[in-house]
Amino acid sequence: MKLLYFAWVRERVGGASEDIPRPDGVATVGDLVAWLAARGDGYAEAFEESSMVRAAVNQEHVDLSHPVADGDEVAFFPPVTGG
Amino acid sequence: MIRVQEEDFDLGAELKAMSAGKTSIGGLCSFVGLVRDMAGDAEIGAMTLEHYPGMTEKALEEIETEAHARWPLDATLIIHRYGRLEPGDQIVLVAAASAHREAAFEACHYLIDFLKTRAPFWKLEDTADGAKWVDARASDDAATARWAVKSGEE
Repeated sequence: MKLLYFAWVRERVGGASEDIPRPDGVATVGDLVAWLAARGDGYAEAFEESSMVRAAVNQEHVDLSHPVADGDEVAFFPPVTGG
Repeated sequence: MIRVQEEDFDLGAELKAMSAGKTSIGGLCSFVGLVRDMAGDAEIGAMTLEHYPGMTEKALEEIETEAHARWPLDATLIIHRYGRLEPGDQIVLVAAASAHREAAFEACHYLIDFLKTRAPFWKLEDTADGAKWVDARASDDAATARWAVKSGEE
């Protein structure tokens, strides 16, 4: 799956994108958040307050219960502030 | 029509192009968002707008489609800029045209409210204390939620 990070999530993680195989036991966005946070360092910092992080799967806004599949594009970012 | 671009836009030219040849249009309503020089008590030097290429266009197209489903519109236009912007610069233009003013006003308001909570843009402001990511405002969520209440009443 392709992971994308934006704004302060990108800064804390230390990169804008990465390709990873879907980790074992990761079935939802929430599972993926927990798995990423457990990587530690910048990831832990980015996802420690998970209520502040929003997600999109295949470029649609989703919540933490949304499923993730192999090949999905999953993005994490703060609440949007355009306009 | 939607456009996501780094360069500035000419409001007059955009509105003229939008209504050109469409003589069924009786009213055209537009909103232009500008970069403010203050955020709360902090003075802003400039800001940088980051976005999610691909999803941005998709989100704006969805908002536009939704507006056309709710009001009888002859044309809509959304232009949103990204990159570095200075106070006074134009950030965003939304416009809606219809046979009558009601639909044009309401759709224009709807477009900017939904854009603010759905389109994946993030503002990084230069302040005296360094660069700061702008926090989302609860009032923006409330502004979007208002439209759901309205459609429920109809």
